[in-house]
Amino acid sequence: MRSDPADYELIAPATLQAVVALLADEPGKWVPVAGGTDLMVLYAAGKLPARKLVSIWNLAELRGITVSPDEITIGAGCTYTELREHGVIAREFPLLASAARWTGGIANQNRGTLGGNIANASPAADSLPALLVYEAELILASVRGERRIPYVGFHTGYKKMKLEPDELIRAICLRRGFSGHLHYSRKVGARNAQAISKVCIAALGRLGGAAGSVIEDVRIALGSVAPVPLRLTEVERIVSGKSVDGELVQLAKKAVAAAIQPIDDIRSTARYRAAVASNLVAEFLEQLGGSGKAA
Amino acid sequence: MSHFSEGRNKDRGKDGRGKCELSLTVNGKPETVFAFPMERLLDVLRNELGLTGTKEGCGEGECGSCSVLMDGKLVNSCLVPALQAAGANLTTIEGVAEGSQLNAMQAAFLECGGAQCGICTPGMILSASHLLNDKADPTLDDIREALAGNLCRCTGYMQIFEAVLQAARRRTVA
Repeated sequence: MRSDPADYELIAPATLQAVVALLADEPGKWVPVAGGTDLMVLYAAGKLPARKLVSIWNLAELRGITVSPDEITIGAGCTYTELREHGVIAREFPLLASAARWTGGIANQNRGTLGGNIANASPAADSLPALLVYEAELILASVRGERRIPYVGFHTGYKKMKLEPDELIRAICLRRGFSGHLHYSRKVGARNAQAISKVCIAALGRLGGAAGSVIEDVRIALGSVAPVPLRLTEVERIVSGKSVDGELVQLAKKAVAAAIQPIDDIRSTARYRAAVASNLVAEFLEQLGGSGKAA
Repeated sequence: MSHFSEGRNKDRGKDGRGKCELSLTVNGKPETVFAFPMERLLDVLRNELGLTGTKEGCGEGECGSCSVLMDGKLVNSCLVPALQAAGANLTTIEGVAEGSQLNAMQAAFLECGGAQCGICTPGMILSASHLLNDKADPTLDDIREALAGNLCRCTGYMQIFEAVLQAARRRTVA
């Protein structure tokens, strides 16, 4: 049944300070809403348990992308459109740019935010595998000050995360220096726009060693195959320091199957997801192996 | 922004309490409405302002029927809480024509058979206009991507894509 707007409070404080003060005042009572692309769907369906919402859509402190020589800092309120249109993100963090392009349609990209995607904590979120492989760090704000933590490990279980009830995600930091890597991403879904992924992948790596054929600094992450977006550390360990050949690809595929816990749901089946996940990792490794020959 | 604080009133809305006063510009005209802060912009447009050209399809941001421009950006009005539209400049389908004269996009939809049952049409026209505001000479791929969030169950899309191409050609020539 549809929600009655009279049952809900929504306020829009003008500053970040006022928002975190509110969160500290009644921890866990106020739910931040940015572009509403997830929360308003629950609201319309009568499935939004929170009754007190605080708008963070207009907070200047959450907006903007700043570029320094070592890293870029993305305000948590930046929309997918802003990510897509940013030159440094397009050139140096193409996995994030492609995830932004694949999320929803244009109208949702104009409203959905990167911070919202993290806080919504969907295991199927397209942008989160990219944040895992770029080893993003999060800046969390509260009245107690700010802390900076790695994104890897932030999501601890289905819809669970290391965010205190009085904290708000303020920004996402990405270290620069991936221009020599191969970046690989795919979304497998019913269609690109407006379809949640059956499986999505973000991966990067480069070849090195004396012959320039050994896998170095490889990072692989998958969406929709576990209760959280999943970094495949065991697969990375198996392929690191090796050259790509058929045997290695088979070993990697087995390790993928062991690492993931896909489920049957309305979008796909566990069996299909397992097959696609290992095929995507195989395709990435084959491309990575081939990337040395061109050089 | 004094009207924001009024959103905190927990009253159930009797005598307008619990609602807040919102000022916004719709199709170039300043408007003031009383709405619950969590009321969907879609409902404010249709019920408070009588602008029923904006349609509700899915009500969950999947179909694009309720697309409007908010400060020049395409949004699904079913997913915008009214409070977030305070102070915004909105364009709905009612604001697209120049008086009684259809604009180039509307005329092209008519000529190409881009409108059939009509439910998706206002959203399609706003999405297509949003594209042309950004890219005057789009490719077919640009058009397909720009309209990917707008679903149509009548046309099969080809006539819609043709209409957008035609409108773009006319606007470029004009």
